[in-house]
Amino acid sequence: MIREFTSAELLFIVGAIRWTLILSAIAFLGGAIGGLGIALARTSQGRALRRVAAGFIQVFQGTPLLMQLFLVYFGLAVVGLPINPLLAAAVALTLHASAYLGEIWRGAIQAVPQGQSEAATALALSYSDRMRHVVLPQAMRLAVAPTVGFLVQLIKGTSLASIIGFTELTRAGQIINNATFKPFLVFGTVAALYFMLCWPLSLLARRMETRMRRAITR
Amino acid sequence: MTEHAIIMRAVNKYYGAFHALTDIDLTVQPGERIVICGPSGSGKSTLIRTINQLEAIESGTITVDGVELTAGGDNVAKVRRDVGMVFQSFNLFPHMTVLENCMLAPMKTRKVSRAEAKATAQHYLERVKIPEQADKYPAQLSGGQQQRVAIARALCMKPRIMLFDEPTSALDPEMVKEVLDTMIDLAREGMTMLCVTHEMDFARAVADRVIFMNKGVIVEENAPEAFFGNPTNDRLKNFLGQIA
Ligand SMILES: Nc1ncnc2c1ncn2[C@@H]1O[C@H](COP(=O)(O)OP(=O)(O)O)[C@@H](O)[C@H]1O
Ligand SMILES: [Mg+2]
Repeated sequence: MIREFTSAELLFIVGAIRWTLILSAIAFLGGAIGGLGIALARTSQGRALRRVAAGFIQVFQGTPLLMQLFLVYFGLAVVGLPINPLLAAAVALTLHASAYLGEIWRGAIQAVPQGQSEAATALALSYSDRMRHVVLPQAMRLAVAPTVGFLVQLIKGTSLASIIGFTELTRAGQIINNATFKPFLVFGTVAALYFMLCWPLSLLARRMETRMRRAITR
Repeated sequence: MTEHAIIMRAVNKYYGAFHALTDIDLTVQPGERIVICGPSGSGKSTLIRTINQLEAIESGTITVDGVELTAGGDNVAKVRRDVGMVFQSFNLFPHMTVLENCMLAPMKTRKVSRAEAKATAQHYLERVKIPEQADKYPAQLSGGQQQRVAIARALCMKPRIMLFDEPTSALDPEMVKEVLDTMIDLAREGMTMLCVTHEMDFARAVADRVIFMNKGVIVEENAPEAFFGNPTNDRLKNFLGQIA
């Protein structure tokens, strides 16, 4: 039974964008919280804390995202949780994003001159005030462009969730292709939709990077 | 009160295996103005940075206004609230206006209200003669103006002791005077000051005592007349000959 590729099929694919966006948003927000923790741990005074954070980053940067997805997906069953593709994908992508954002933000924190945190310390500001009011606002400016760049990677990375059966954009394409046998048309459409999500973000990242560079050389 | 402002006893500081401060003994009276000089790498910065524990020490004791730094608890925070510091490279917060730079610490660590912090900031910006720059960002100011803001920022905490680490070394020559004048004003008002500087005219004008350091040791310590007029140490004679 070969179906035609009609507007109904197209709508099914377009509708799946919502799951790609939801998954990206969860992973990005979770990754932002985890990444901040990792970045602060990496730049802390405690040696043990720094080691643990460095190990976390190395593990998640040194293994394929697909393996991380598999491990979390099958790991859920091992710890007695129901196998749920959305939950597995959200957890795996959050851990993945935590490691990458943690590393990006560690670099940004360390790029803030030492004298800034010394001046804040000399003014008796506590660690949290020092970070919140002095170091992080300056690190954030350095980090926006690479952070948006990573968000683009993350959106594309959510396509791997299709392999564990989560119906986001890529999996929706596979389903329609299986019914219509129009791979070029179907996956061309899927790719175009990813491009429409990612391209504006790439542009934004590049614009912010140029602006940053100009701000620094001023 | 006859309490000492600062008492350092047998202070030793290492950077790894490197012995940066050796058996430092130093007592500072309230209101005293002390100038510290010596060759580069002799430990001047390290010495004054131990007083607010930007650098931890390996042995000895440091007591500031009756509070012993190494005794733990809240002592370090207490001392830092009462000790202001001015750096060679200003270290103003570039993402905040001049006024915000001056208001941050009093609001966060002294818990004063925004209105009071603002009034205090305006008062001290007036004192360092740049009230009109309050709403600018540090990058919009000259080096001399930035350093005066840094002094005002420290004064907003109402410190009892001020530490200066080569405050004029990063400045163009024409801006040195405006910063030194600000410091002289401060000295006249009775502020306890420890100042690392090679501005020997400043030392002659305001210092009660001048200290010469070499290789992490206090080599000579004297009133300015004797220090400059009749130096006993050969290293010091040599040093004075070089910077004169
Ligand atoms: N963070 C550090 N790590 C290692 N060595 C340091 C550090 N800070 C200073 N030193 C060394 O300690 C010595 C004294 O430094 P410092 O107090 O900055 O000297 P000064 O201010 O008199 O020029 C120098 O030899 C310097 O290289
Ligand atoms: Mg120095």
